[in-house]
This record gives sequence, C-alpha cells and structure tokens, in this order.
Amino acid sequence: MFTSASNFTDSVDAVFLYITALSLIVLVGITITMIYFVIRYSRKRNPVPTHVEENLTLEILWTGIPLILFLSMFYFGWVGYKDMRAIPDDAMQIKVTARMWQWSFEYPNGLKTDTLYVPVNKPVRTELRSNDVSHAFFIPAFRIKKDVYPSKLNDLWFKSDKIGRYDIACAEYCGLKHSGMYSAVYIMEQEKFDTWYKETSAKAGLQATLTAPVKK
Amino acid sequence: MAKAAVPVEKLEPSYLDVSTNKYKKGILSWILSVDHKRIGILYLVSMMAFFCVAVFFGFLIRLELIAPGKTIIEAQMYNQLFTLHGIIMIFLFIIPGLPAVFGNFFLPIMIGAKDVIFPRVNLMSWYMFAIGGLFAVASMLLPGGSADTGWMFYVPYSVRTTTNVLPALTAAFILGFSSILTGLNFITTIHRMRHPDMSWFKMPLFVWSLYATAWIQVLATPIIGITLVLVGIERILGVGIFDPALGGDPVLYQHLFWIYSHPAVYIMILPAMGIASEIIPVFSRRAIFGYKYIAFSSLAIAFFGSLVWAHHMFTAGMSDAAQFVFSFITFVLSIPSAIKVFNWLSTMYKGSIKADPPFLYIMSFIFQFSIGGFTGLMLGALSVNIHLQDTSFVVAHFHYVMFGGTGFGIFAAMHYWLPKMFGRMYNLKVATWAWAIVTIGYNALYMPMFVMGYLGMPRRYYDYLPEFQPYHVASTIGSWILIIGLIIMFTNLYIGIRRGPKAPMNPWGGETLEWKVQTPPILENFHEVPDVHAGPYDYSKYEAKKETTK
Repeated sequence: MFTSASNFTDSVDAVFLYITALSLIVLVGITITMIYFVIRYSRKRNPVPTHVEENLTLEILWTGIPLILFLSMFYFGWVGYKDMRAIPDDAMQIKVTARMWQWSFEYPNGLKTDTLYVPVNKPVRTELRSNDVSHAFFIPAFRIKKDVYPSKLNDLWFKSDKIGRYDIACAEYCGLKHSGMYSAVYIMEQEKFDTWYKETSAKAGLQATLTAPVKK
Repeated sequence: MAKAAVPVEKLEPSYLDVSTNKYKKGILSWILSVDHKRIGILYLVSMMAFFCVAVFFGFLIRLELIAPGKTIIEAQMYNQLFTLHGIIMIFLFIIPGLPAVFGNFFLPIMIGAKDVIFPRVNLMSWYMFAIGGLFAVASMLLPGGSADTGWMFYVPYSVRTTTNVLPALTAAFILGFSSILTGLNFITTIHRMRHPDMSWFKMPLFVWSLYATAWIQVLATPIIGITLVLVGIERILGVGIFDPALGGDPVLYQHLFWIYSHPAVYIMILPAMGIASEIIPVFSRRAIFGYKYIAFSSLAIAFFGSLVWAHHMFTAGMSDAAQFVFSFITFVLSIPSAIKVFNWLSTMYKGSIKADPPFLYIMSFIFQFSIGGFTGLMLGALSVNIHLQDTSFVVAHFHYVMFGGTGFGIFAAMHYWLPKMFGRMYNLKVATWAWAIVTIGYNALYMPMFVMGYLGMPRRYYDYLPEFQPYHVASTIGSWILIIGLIIMFTNLYIGIRRGPKAPMNPWGGETLEWKVQTPPILENFHEVPDVHAGPYDYSKYEAKKETTK
C-alpha cells in the first residue's frame, strides 16, 4: 500500500499514520464505551437513572487533551508542507501544460513530450499551466498534487529515488474525459536519461542542454 | 367508533383535520396552509421525493463504477448524474432536512409558541423550495442535458460547458432564498415567541442548534446567491469575473463558493447534533450532561465554521501564510465537535437506556460522525491534504459527515417524531432490522473509498485503473445493502403512519413540550402552555420513584 517513491512519500505517510493511529484509538474507545454504557445501563439492568449534570474537570480535560493532540497534528502537517514548498535551486525545470484531456511536458531546451522522463535522485520543478479549464497535476506515488489554472502559474517539486513508472492523474474535474487524463512519469538512471534526452532532442533538432537558452 | 367497549381517550381534532384556510380538505388546504405543522409536512413529502431520486442517481453511479470502462451509462451521463446527485442531496435534502421539516413542525411547540412568527413567509419559503426544486428537475429535462459541472459549478468549466448550467444555478439561487427566509423566521421566532418562563438555558438543545444554524443561513447564504448570479452574468453577457479567458480569476470563484459552502456544512450538521442532544437524554432517562457546553459549542461551531473555507483549496496555490492559518483554524474547529461527542457519551453514563430505533440511529450517528471528524483531521493536516485532496478519500469523508452524520440524524428524527406528527406507530422490530441493514450497508459503501482514495483514486472518475476494482466492487455491493435497508425503513415508516396502531401521547418518555401536547397536535398546539420551569431534560421523577418503592 505505501510504496515509497519520492522524497515526500515517507513524511506524508508518517503524518497520515500518526493521525490514523490516534484516531483509531479514540474511535475504538468511544465506540466501546458507548456500547458498554448501552448494555451496562440498559433499562433492564439499571431501571433507575442517576443524574450527573456537569463536571468542569472533565470538560476541561476533554477540551485540553484533544487540543494538544490536534495541534501536534497541525504541526506535523505544516512541517511536511514546508518541505514541499522548499524548491531547491538546482532543480531541473519542466513546463507542464494541461488541456482537455491530456498532459504535455516541455524540457528546458524546448523538447516536448507527452510522457515525463526524469533522472533518479534529481530534484525536478514542474511549472504548471492550463490551456483551457482547471486541472490538477497529481502523482499518487509521490504524494504530490497541485491545481493547474489557465490564469495563474503554479509549481511543485519532487525528487524520486526509485526507478520505475508512476501514474500522473488529473485530479480536478475537467469534463467528459477527465478520468482518461492519465500520463506517466518514468524515473530513469542518470546515464539512461542522458542517452534518451540526447537522442530524442536530436530527433527534434534540438541541443540536449538542461539549461534554458539565454534568449528565453 | 361504534365499539365503545374500551374507553378511548377523547381526542380533539388535530392539525391533520382542521384546515387554516377556506379549503376544508384536499391539496389546496395543504399548499395554501400557513400552519407551521402542515408546512413541515409539505417539506417532508417534497424532501423525501427528492431524496429517493438522488438515491437512485447514487445507485446508478455506484453500479457504473463496479467495473472499469463503460458498464451501464456513458461518461456524459455519469458526469450529469453525479452533479444532480450532489445538487439534489445538498440543496433539496440535507439543508432543508432537519430545519425545514422538523424545525418547522417542532420549534414552535418546543418553545411553547402557537406558530412561527411569520407564518406567511414560512409558506413562501416552501414555495421557493418547490420552485427551486422544479428548476433542478427542469435542468434535467430541457434539451442540452442537465449540468455536468459537479455541484460546485467550478469556473471556468461551468462557463464553457454547453449543458444547462443556468437552470441549475437558478435552482440553487432560489433555494438559497428559501433557506435565508427560514433562517430569518427561526431567529425571530426564537427571540420573540418563547414562552415567558422559558429562559435561554431552558430551551431544548435542538432549538439551540436551530438557532446557530439559522444565523449561518442568514449570514452565509447571500454570498452563494451573489456568486451564482455572477456566474450567470458571465455566461450570458461574457463579463469577465471568474473566467480567465475574459480576464477573470477562477480562484476567486472558489473562495466565494466555499465562503458559503463550508458554513453550509454546519447548516447541515448542527441540527443533526441537536437531534442527538434530544434523543440521548430521552432514551437514557437522565439529564443531559453539560447542557451549556453543548449549547455554546453549537455557537462556537457556527462562528469558527465561517473562518475555515479555504481548507478546500490547499492545492490551489495560496500563500503559505494562508495555508498555515486555514489549517490551524480547521484543527481548532474540531474541538467543539469533540466536546459534543464526549458530552453525549457521558449522558449515557448511569442512565437507564432503552435502545429503541431513534436511539440506535443516534449510536450509528456518533460512530459515523466520529469517523467523519477523524478523517477531517487527516484532511486538515497540510501535507496529507495535498495527497488526499480531490480523491475518493474526500468523497468518503464528507459522506461520513453528511450522510453518516446528518442523514442518520434525519432518520433518527423520523423514528423519534413521526409517531407524534401522524399519531400512529411504526413496527419497532422491523425498524430495528432496517437500522442494522442500513448501518452495515452504509459503512460497506463508504469505507472502501477511504482506502482507494489514499491509494490514489481521484474523485469524479467515470473510468479507473484496474487496481482499484476490488474496492469499487465492495463499495457497490454496500450500496445495494444500503438501499435494501432504506426500502425496508421507509416502507415500515409509511405503513406505520398510515395503518399502524395509535401512538400514545408520549411514547418515549420525553420531557420537552412537544410530548406534553396531544398526538397528533391540535391547530395552534396548545390551549394553555404547560409549566416549563423544570427545564427540558428533567427526569428527576424517575429518581423520586426509587425512594417511594424502597
């Protein structure tokens, strides 16, 4: 279930599991207590109720303890999110364009593809823009997602340490073939990527540089 | 009446027999009535009709998703169905469900009033509800097909699609007015019409929750109204407000939409929390635990609930400061809900509990609402939200709150109050079975969505990758179980109110005022308002018995 494929996978999964574990404990506690009360204090067993109307200590406890736990959840979520915003300066720059209903990727030298190929362990920054309606760029295995707008440039980054093929999905409803708007990202070894980049660029008549031409 | 062997309690003609207008009988005596109870029934009937339609759409959506690729319907049809399912369920079932049906019927009785303060406005609200509903239905039947935008009408798609977005927008706009007027009516009624002896802290907690809800209705709904008008202007006149092609900003639309639609979540859930706060003490036969904490937590939810809207937009690319603040307030907002759950549990402690159907539905409510709340924490955590946003995890989360919470609250309210409203009792055994089937089916339907959502199944997908199929199959089977349970439940309730045995005045032993009036209530509810000094949850008489028997 939890395939670690990017630098964010572990931290997102950890926060998720932390909240899930705490929640399960409390949920099971609530449910068992409720069922126990219903059986223990059923009208047959306990025909005469006892009235307890208020208990300030309890109210303070069950306000204070959840508050501390909730704030810890907030904090871990925020820390994980900060990493997602800290884009390294040496990241490879890819322009992603969404339109109904496909993705296209543009490398710094102008090479355009409909599937994304990137080297392993290399930070990649994607610049997201849409040609028509809103979409969302989503790589489930990397735990990253960002909305893609026609009006506003969004970006995100990732670094994958695991060679393989991962799905790219559209996560913002965009009409008829929204569910078919899949592409893929291939994480390749550096040498393989270099060869691929050189060959494909040559075919398109482009220089295989990873820095944008100065003119642009 | 010929068989007078058993002395029958002499009943006065009830609101079901006495018309408030010149039409003694028939449909006009209902749709022109200004009696709050008859208007409540009008809402009940129309709301149930819409509910059945939307459940059927949900059934079709689930059936389509049992296998990847096309199963029974085309993609376009699927997109229209989930849009209509959302619009109908939200605007025509959940929002009016508790306030307009049970609030209308019981709010005046519970505060010792003869009606709401503006009975004619009340009837007008129902007409707006009906007209809005007709627009929603019309959008389905007009050429061009019903809207395929999702219930959120996100721009720019909603400006560009060729389907009938305008009728759907008009429907939501008119329904908004219905909601505002009901809210206004309730706030004024609660302030001005309470029995003189009923101080604020002697009000039943359902009334408190309606009060908090009404404020949100009045304050937040105009925002969605004006936003939908702007989308309409954009579509018709091409004025650039939200569509970037015309120089507008789609993120602005999302802000405006959620400034209403997040508080709207509390319009939906607060009254259900109010129902829980009524039913738990009645069936536990003891005073509610922490009355003031429950009452104030409703107000806290209404207040903080209006400050968290942008947590629906964590992937939209807001500033880090905005992300921080909205995530933070989201976690703070979870506290009042947690307080309520703990107080409800404590109310069961040392009670004398009879687990009749209304109470059983509330148990399911607590379980499911808690799951909805906990998964809300996961979605509130920023880094996790980035992954989960717009996946089926979110779908499961809000169905756990809206359906597992509010929906089950409505079912509980039906089992609790229908005998009072119609004077007849349903079959308790059948109701208990229906509850078990509905609860099992419900959880089987939505649990798998959490798992596949985390695995990366996006929402609003007509087709999906084969790896998600096992979860979809489980979910679809759950939907069948749920629908069987719903059919049993509604059939049982329907047969009950038509042909069931006569319901006593106070079948559950409630202490709020509606249990001290005749079953079914008379026109204008009271000849003389009973004493309200004791407060709504005073069960000390059950304790007093103990001393005399010992």
